[in-house]
Amino acid sequence: MVKELERAGFPIVQMCNLIPVAKTVGSNKIVPTISIPYPLGDPSTTKEAQYKLRYHRVGVALDALTADVREQTVFPVKF
Amino acid sequence: MKKAILYINQFFAGIGGEEKADHAPEIREGLVGPGLALAASLKNAEITHTIICGDNFMGSRQDEAIAAIEGFLKDKEFDIFFAGPAFQAGRYGNACGVVSKFVQDKFGVYAVTSMNEENPGVEMFKKDVYIFPGGKSAAAMKVDTQKMAELGDKILALPEGEKPMFLAAEEGFYPRGVRHQVWLKDQKPASDRVVEMLLKKLAGEPFQTELPIPKIDRVDIAPPIADLSKATIAIITSGGIVPVANPDRIQSASATRWGRYDVSELVDLESGVFKTIHAGFDPAAADADPDVIVPLDALKAYEKEGKIGKVHEYFYSTVGTGTTEAEAARMASEMIPYLREAGVDGIILTST
Repeated sequence: MVKELERAGFPIVQMCNLIPVAKTVGSNKIVPTISIPYPLGDPSTTKEAQYKLRYHRVGVALDALTADVREQTVFPVKF
Repeated sequence: MKKAILYINQFFAGIGGEEKADHAPEIREGLVGPGLALAASLKNAEITHTIICGDNFMGSRQDEAIAAIEGFLKDKEFDIFFAGPAFQAGRYGNACGVVSKFVQDKFGVYAVTSMNEENPGVEMFKKDVYIFPGGKSAAAMKVDTQKMAELGDKILALPEGEKPMFLAAEEGFYPRGVRHQVWLKDQKPASDRVVEMLLKKLAGEPFQTELPIPKIDRVDIAPPIADLSKATIAIITSGGIVPVANPDRIQSASATRWGRYDVSELVDLESGVFKTIHAGFDPAAADADPDVIVPLDALKAYEKEGKIGKVHEYFYSTVGTGTTEAEAARMASEMIPYLREAGVDGIILTST
């Protein structure tokens, strides 16, 4: 889906857990998530901690939309 | 009698489904689950042990999982390794590929596995490991294990130290891009063969290439957003987040339908209003807080702060498990006119 949307010209970032899968299939901009069932918020942590992680990683994804990269890039997250 | 070891996931070990996908790696003696089917077809070895690991454990804690598996195998004698079959299960295919490649590299023992052609593990690992085309579901268990066993037996039958020279076209595994130097029976030199091929091509006659060039499907990177503070951002997900009534009747696996849902008045996605229908993982966390898959709360916060211009009024959703690449591409192409009409400048797509 990411490729189809990017082919249409939309800047797009994929947030996912299995980075090698996304890279092999051909996503250009990738931000890692923490797991498959709960990509952006570990239910064993507090609501505050979950939101903090989500807010940070979504922020990285938004910045990635503005990044001028020349090749497939996995954008680093701080936590 | 030579020895074989099999790797399977928590589901096929009978431990549990998604709720047990974090199962830590373990090793058991003898046959478990698919090992029975495999053993029925395998003539030249006996399966002495079965390694089991949860798909999520391997997915999220790969280094730990591999270290554990290395520990299990260090003191074992084995002549061949099997993994799966993984059918269409993406995480399982990934796990089978990771483990198989590791075993080959670390222990110098050949590994054989099986996956459906839609499994992302095929593209990722076919160059490294013998992967057989497999069915879409466990209904193909007997057929898939039989193919694995047949090649396994052939590998085991090779004289000591002889490297396998199996051809994908003859044995049936996914082409690995490995080129062997062989002597043709008729000894026709390449110069003759290429001229013959060219003459056929010029005459419009059918010809068989000796080296199919693989089609690499890469998309040009879209130009970055110049001014995020003026941009309209949309969220799309393959994590199956939908209103609890699932009004568009999106399938929980092998989806062919998608939906878009109005979030213009919302500041987050509430439990009980939205849920996940994705059949590929334990829904508990997402049902309790759908924002963990569709982070609307974070996006709306950024909108309020002015980091982005606007959150698109709708989020778009479908289910990614078992969904073919062709269907996924079609669904995305159907979303595009809506996104264009709304003036969407950038997209975040969340996968599970």
